[in-house]
Amino acid sequence: MSDDLKGLSRRDLMRGSALIAAGVATIASPEAAAASAAPNSVPSLRTVRVEVNGVDHALQLEPRVTLLDMLRERLQLTGAKKGCNRGECGACTVLLDGRRVNACLVLGVAVDGRKITTVEGLADGLHLHPVQQAFIDHDAFQCGFCTSGQIMSAVACIAEGHTHSNAEIRGWMSGNICRCSAYPQIAAAVEAAARERA
Amino acid sequence: MRDFDYSFASSKGDAIAQARHADTMILAGGTELLNWLRIGIAEPGTLVDITRVAGMTGIEPLPDGGVRIGALTKLNDVAEHPQIRDSYPVLSVAILKAASAQIRNLATIGGNPLQRVRCPYFRAEEPTPCNKRVAGSGCAALNGFNEKHAIFGWTNDCVAVHPADPPVALAALDAIYVIEDARGSRRVPARSFHVLPSQDPTAHSVLRHGELITAIEIAAPAPKSAYLKIRERESYEFATVSAAVTLDLDGDIIRSARIALGSVAMRPWRLDETEKRLVGQRLGSPAIQSAVDAGFTDARPLSANAYKIKLARNAALRAIELAARAS
Repeated sequence: MSDDLKGLSRRDLMRGSALIAAGVATIASPEAAAASAAPNSVPSLRTVRVEVNGVDHALQLEPRVTLLDMLRERLQLTGAKKGCNRGECGACTVLLDGRRVNACLVLGVAVDGRKITTVEGLADGLHLHPVQQAFIDHDAFQCGFCTSGQIMSAVACIAEGHTHSNAEIRGWMSGNICRCSAYPQIAAAVEAAARERA
Repeated sequence: MRDFDYSFASSKGDAIAQARHADTMILAGGTELLNWLRIGIAEPGTLVDITRVAGMTGIEPLPDGGVRIGALTKLNDVAEHPQIRDSYPVLSVAILKAASAQIRNLATIGGNPLQRVRCPYFRAEEPTPCNKRVAGSGCAALNGFNEKHAIFGWTNDCVAVHPADPPVALAALDAIYVIEDARGSRRVPARSFHVLPSQDPTAHSVLRHGELITAIEIAAPAPKSAYLKIRERESYEFATVSAAVTLDLDGDIIRSARIALGSVAMRPWRLDETEKRLVGQRLGSPAIQSAVDAGFTDARPLSANAYKIKLARNAALRAIELAARAS
């Protein structure tokens, strides 16, 4: 590794190259193309004040920016994943005022004045959240793409009290799809974390 | 996605005043509208967010023993409300079998009936014949993929089904949608809120531009009621067919029954003839089966969904048994 790369994490590197790529490739983005073709292509920016993982932010957003894009592209919180981008996979699950929601189905402007928790906000310093630890202990993931959404959903599922049986957990966790099909381990992790909390 | 203007409505009156403008749409839970914007099913110039309007959330008892549900009440909050769970189990179960926990935390009981059809031709990202998408363009499902489509009330112009679960329970409960606009209010029975293609193949419901569902009212409790949902995946999947049943029993004799089927037509499908014939019949007797069969004389399959007729008939029978066992 060359000297100028020392101290950069893999994520920093990826973020940097993604931004460069985005700068070069805006024309190819379908959303950007649609925007330039739209009759009212002048963005009507709105100010959004929002608390994310305990930190206050003030952002200028076009109304069409989703909460998911706001988190990932404006705040660089890439824990919430963009899987289907239409509310079907659950990979973007975050807590909105403590309740789990799909961040792709919420507009950024709609969360003005509200509190968001993402997977980046769960750990206490180096101490993992009990649900994060339970996922590791139970080997509750393979590729890991759905995991942050699964964990956010699990945190809410336990807080809601929908953990009385394996079947209840499976039902209330069904909004989070795992294409590696780690469902038995995920349900076991949620069950264990719920027991620990009780 | 087209850019749009956005504002919060400050009150119900403000929302209704703004909803009148052409090119304006109302935003509540957003779980459908955001996807319409992405696909291009809707391209409004302005969204009016009503989620912070006061007085449209919560469940309150009505003087006659029924309940009034504010249109902005989240689906999970309706389903888990003690009065709904105890007095209207058919509605509580229908809601909890709908969508996912995350979506039910966003979606509202008043917005849910406004869900549009899930026909893949309607939701296509490329132009495809669909009279609900572009009036006069035809119906690609009639001779295309129609395994999940209608067995009742379809025409050559549209064979789609309405996909939502809660409206099926609301139709069985004879619930009323309270609808307001700038001129006043009207009350529409849940069983006739959605529009059959024989009435208008391009329409989804009777709601007109500028109108807002503000509440849903249900009369007398229906503790002996049940919702059965048949689907290819045990959770988080649309119904292939569903059945909502409410019973009024005298011992094991049926005083009256109400049955609505879901995902079989463009509206929750009440089995009127069956309901008539069930009166006075004993639970478990052969008369129950023939009464249910009588409700299916006008069922007509499409090219690939004849199986749904038997499935829906058996679902109705099982839902009657479930409702009889409800406490």
